Amino acid sequence: MLLIMPMKNETILISHGAGGKQTRKLIEQIILKYFSDKILLPLPDAATVNITGVEICFTTDSYVVNPVFFPGGDIGKLAICGTINDLAVSGAIPLFISCAMIIEEGFSFLMFEKILKSMSKIAKKTGVRIVTGDTKVVDRGKGDGIFITTTGIGLKFKNVQLGKQFIKKGDAVIIGGVPGMHELSIICARENIKFKTGLKSDCAPLHQMIEEIFGVSKKIRFMRDPTRGGVSAVLNEIVSGADFGIEIYEDKIPLTKQVRSLCEILGFDILNLASEGNVVIIADSKDANSIVRTMRKNPAGKNASVIGFVTDEFCGKVILKTKFGSSRFIEMPAAGQLPRIC
Amino acid sequence: MKYIDSFRDTNAIRGLVSKIHSVAGKIGKEIVLMEVCGTHTMAIARAGLRQLLPENVKLISGPGCPVCVSPNSFIDKAIAISELKNTIVTTFGDMYRVPSGNGSLEKQHSRGARIEIVYSPFDAIEIARRKPENNVVFIGVGFETTAPVIASVIKYAKQEKIKNFLVLAGNKIIPPAMEILVSDVHHHLDGFICPGHVSVIIGSKPYEIFPEKYNIPCVISGFEACDILQSILYLLEMIAGMEKISVKIQYTRCVDPEGNIKAKKIMNEVFSVCDSEWRGIGLIKSSGLAIKDEYKQYDAEYMLDVSVNISHDRHGCICGDVLKGIKRPVDCIFFKKVCTPENPVGPCMVSSEGTCAAYYAYEK
Repeated sequence: MLLIMPMKNETILISHGAGGKQTRKLIEQIILKYFSDKILLPLPDAATVNITGVEICFTTDSYVVNPVFFPGGDIGKLAICGTINDLAVSGAIPLFISCAMIIEEGFSFLMFEKILKSMSKIAKKTGVRIVTGDTKVVDRGKGDGIFITTTGIGLKFKNVQLGKQFIKKGDAVIIGGVPGMHELSIICARENIKFKTGLKSDCAPLHQMIEEIFGVSKKIRFMRDPTRGGVSAVLNEIVSGADFGIEIYEDKIPLTKQVRSLCEILGFDILNLASEGNVVIIADSKDANSIVRTMRKNPAGKNASVIGFVTDEFCGKVILKTKFGSSRFIEMPAAGQLPRIC
Repeated sequence: MKYIDSFRDTNAIRGLVSKIHSVAGKIGKEIVLMEVCGTHTMAIARAGLRQLLPENVKLISGPGCPVCVSPNSFIDKAIAISELKNTIVTTFGDMYRVPSGNGSLEKQHSRGARIEIVYSPFDAIEIARRKPENNVVFIGVGFETTAPVIASVIKYAKQEKIKNFLVLAGNKIIPPAMEILVSDVHHHLDGFICPGHVSVIIGSKPYEIFPEKYNIPCVISGFEACDILQSILYLLEMIAGMEKISVKIQYTRCVDPEGNIKAKKIMNEVFSVCDSEWRGIGLIKSSGLAIKDEYKQYDAEYMLDVSVNISHDRHGCICGDVLKGIKRPVDCIFFKKVCTPENPVGPCMVSSEGTCAAYYAYEK
């Protein structure tokens, strides 16, 4: 007889927060037991709520990245961009953001202000307004410098409907750029890795590019930013329980020399690594070229490519075709490659 | 990145596959080749190489994942050490989630034990320097590949008079385990794909016993698709009688027949060969490395007073047989049902070089 370990004596592990299967299990088996609102159940990046006839998207995210400053960004920029992107991929124009901060006793004022300045700068640049917030200070040793939670609301685009249920066989799978840049730059910024790569996090707001995409295609089916768990997690979430599969091609995935080399050296699968300025789009394949052209005009989408298609083979699975004709499954990552990257 | 691309060149791969089919066709009967390196296991699965091979050429995985072959007792010791006061356990990431009946280092971390993942044992030394009030224990696993760097770090700790650094020595030597497998009459093997990284250190000579005593050809292989296919072709050519049965080096860009003399010297200086327990195989004579008496002050097992409850494999887990190449992961009742990478029952599922993990992640 097969027995599943009882959860009674189990404790939460770092891997429960890594965005892969363990996170999914934590949400589905524990959290949804108590929170079961029908808006929450599809587990979207942002909830779409209707307030007196107006459709609003609403999202929240906590940022616990270590180190707080990394090449290409910092925890503040990450918190604002992350929330903007969660709204944008849900088909909304980001408008207002709240900011709650848990600060550890002893955290330097200089660093704190640097983070606030960075948040203010990106908010001004993108036109989102930080309109409410909260600060708490915890005893030294009970936090890790600073944790930030941002919540955002945005106005839903009219006539844009996104969701897994709209995906059709033959649709194209498009990616905004080189995957994994954020996670790799964080890994390099950590003290225990001494590679000098010049690699920067891709952390960037995507709402402008996404707005332009909605302008050229009315047949965008689904969008998600591949953060924790990377492209593998996003694609597996899409096919989970679906009557279709996804086939992607190894030689179509945009890569840079640095990213490839680093992944080879460290033994990472690029598709499992987090991005913070990247997007996975499923759209009608007839519109794929114009979407890619539009994305490439934007700095965040300059390496945009069609990497695969939705198929009726291997339902519920993601398949990668290698350059030389063999194929393999892409699984949902089980746990993070390193803890706490965003 | 031309270096990598040329070893993954589509035309070269097609050419090799076609030659493999031709030679295998001449041999006719079923050929069983074993790779004895976890990195090969992963590379074969990732590149989908099994799909390209003729039906009569079977690749099976041997005891090539150092984390997987570490017995429960070793993991239990590491767990017991992590419970000591003022102790920081440092480990390669692979070991972090490997379960024994007593838990795992990951679970110890969630219970408050201080566990740090390091990329090199020298990082552990740095932690020891920064935190002199703690004992920093490095969990020393690996084959001949990691043994020289662990030996170097022990030697360095002595030179620098670092007193709060210790190693739990669990390094193993590959060729004695290979010999146990071929000397088992129930185990049919036609050739070995020998480990590339291990051979960078030990060279090709330790494998000569296989062609000489057992008439089994060996090829030391690199890790790219072309490397592995070319190694398979070399093995088939020897099996078909087109070449003399011997030890060949395919991975010539890294492996010298003599190995790395400097690395072997430092290994011999710090470690002595001892009998060692392998998961699934049992005690193998002269297959492990123990810290020599001159360096005993760095031997965690000798220096620390820990009481260890030795746990056993979960009943039904066939990791042991998978490590011997007798069974495949798909033969296990737990595989993909109860045993998954996020909830591994045995070590072969959790290690990034484990056979079950490779099958789970990549094989269709």
